[in-house]
Amino acid sequence: MQTIRIGCGAGYAGDRIDSAVDLARYGKLHYLVLECLAERTIALAHLNRKRDAGLGYGQFLEERMTALLPLCKEKGFKIITNLGAANPLAALEKTVEIAEKTGATPLRVAAVLGSDVLEKLPGIDCRIWETGASLSDLQHKAISADAYLGVEEILPALQAGADVIITGRVADPSLFLAPMVYEFSWPLDDWLHLGKGTVLAHLLECASQVSGGYFADPGLKDVPDLANVGFPLAEVEETGDGIITKVDGTGGIVSTLTCKEQLLYEIYDPSCYLTPDVTADFSKVIFKEAAKNRVKVTGGSGSERPPTLKATIGVYDGYLGEAMVSYAGHNAVERAKLARQILEARYARLCLDLKESKFELAGINALHGHIGGQSRLVPYEVILRAAVKSEKIADAQKAVQEVENLWLNGPGGPGGIRKAVNLVLAAYSTTIPRNEIEPQIIFREVI
Amino acid sequence: MAKVKLYEIAHSRSGDKGEITNLSLIPYEDKDYGLLKEQVTEEAVKAHFGKIVTGKVVRYELEILKAFNFVLYGTRPGGVAAALDFDAHGKSLSWALLEMEIEQA
Repeated sequence: MQTIRIGCGAGYAGDRIDSAVDLARYGKLHYLVLECLAERTIALAHLNRKRDAGLGYGQFLEERMTALLPLCKEKGFKIITNLGAANPLAALEKTVEIAEKTGATPLRVAAVLGSDVLEKLPGIDCRIWETGASLSDLQHKAISADAYLGVEEILPALQAGADVIITGRVADPSLFLAPMVYEFSWPLDDWLHLGKGTVLAHLLECASQVSGGYFADPGLKDVPDLANVGFPLAEVEETGDGIITKVDGTGGIVSTLTCKEQLLYEIYDPSCYLTPDVTADFSKVIFKEAAKNRVKVTGGSGSERPPTLKATIGVYDGYLGEAMVSYAGHNAVERAKLARQILEARYARLCLDLKESKFELAGINALHGHIGGQSRLVPYEVILRAAVKSEKIADAQKAVQEVENLWLNGPGGPGGIRKAVNLVLAAYSTTIPRNEIEPQIIFREVI
Repeated sequence: MAKVKLYEIAHSRSGDKGEITNLSLIPYEDKDYGLLKEQVTEEAVKAHFGKIVTGKVVRYELEILKAFNFVLYGTRPGGVAAALDFDAHGKSLSWALLEMEIEQA
């Protein structure tokens, strides 16, 4: 029976490149997918594009393509990636340049355009999921709007024989599902197979999170050699079932436990996982360990795709000021609490225009608040973290400057003060009609 | 009745979608699924998280997989990009769930 081997060489924008190279070199892949785009990443990319029309593609595109294009030619796999981010066309040109420079020729490169829908917003009347507000209330603050494209928009590039396909915003699972649909000629309304393929795609899309990353708990869930964790691949069968595994000799672990955790990662109703391609049903999935680091996946299914597309809107939301100061030894917690009181008094005295402020004691309540209270010991060291949000950059700067001022003006023994102010780009979600997008594919031949 | 912390019999992973956090809960051994189903209810999880969860808690049961998915609404004001929390993703919250204590028959 024919199987296709699809690997995941990145699970987020900054993921390890050497692990992707190992997978590309030893994975006997037909397809290598690089998933490099989160809600915030793409909003930042749009800002870069506004500054320079030749930018706005994904961070590390040059490094990834330089490392992987020669292997793509040598091993004969195809690359599918959303590294195009806010500017797939610029990513295409940059990739062509790298192919020429590295001698990865001949190469057919495709860019899938059409996910940028910012200009369409004024004509669309939709609700923002998070706030329930009308889209039109947000439009004046929106700096980006990207619709999640799917398999349908990627497929023509595969049919035209592209070696490298670069998209903007695409639903993550669609990057993996597209080659399955292409290779097995699944009709785009074959909901059962699209659902099964989406199960495998969802398991792969966060890279090592299914092969030992984001899992280890020493003594309870031990994972060998995380420094060398192997990125995953799926051996997909024509039935839509398949095996999740990784390259022999790499670190990490693929087990029914890692697969269960990843299947339920970032989902709501497991029987109703929405993508542009299908409404996938994860609720009856079965994992079976076929061999060490090989898990057989069956039981996925699906039903008709949603009528609309999800879109993410990036919105300016002021500035985040963040600063930390540490205390250790006798009365460390009391000194940190005193420092907090001083900061609150100073913020009031300076009349800082802050929308929100928050203080946390790392080692006590920074992550889980009150939870775990009874088992908590008094720590020897603590870090006080102050975080503020303001529409005015100057006020955010003054707030973190006050933390720095604790060197001389606060409790005794402050250690290791750090401060930063960053632009806040909030991400909101909405749905848009499918007929609002105008997909287009641009090809370049590198000879 | 012996009390156990959830981390002794189950594992969990958290994911974020803006102001919503989802937490899986997976018993190490299938036989403990029923115990978790009985005691780790939507109400119990909502009470355990207290003011960390401002909205509702919804539990999905995966009988075949022997796992649960909890969806917690209103965990991170502003979502990952805009929340003031140090852990703006809420990625550490799975271990907060595992701190919950239940009674073992």
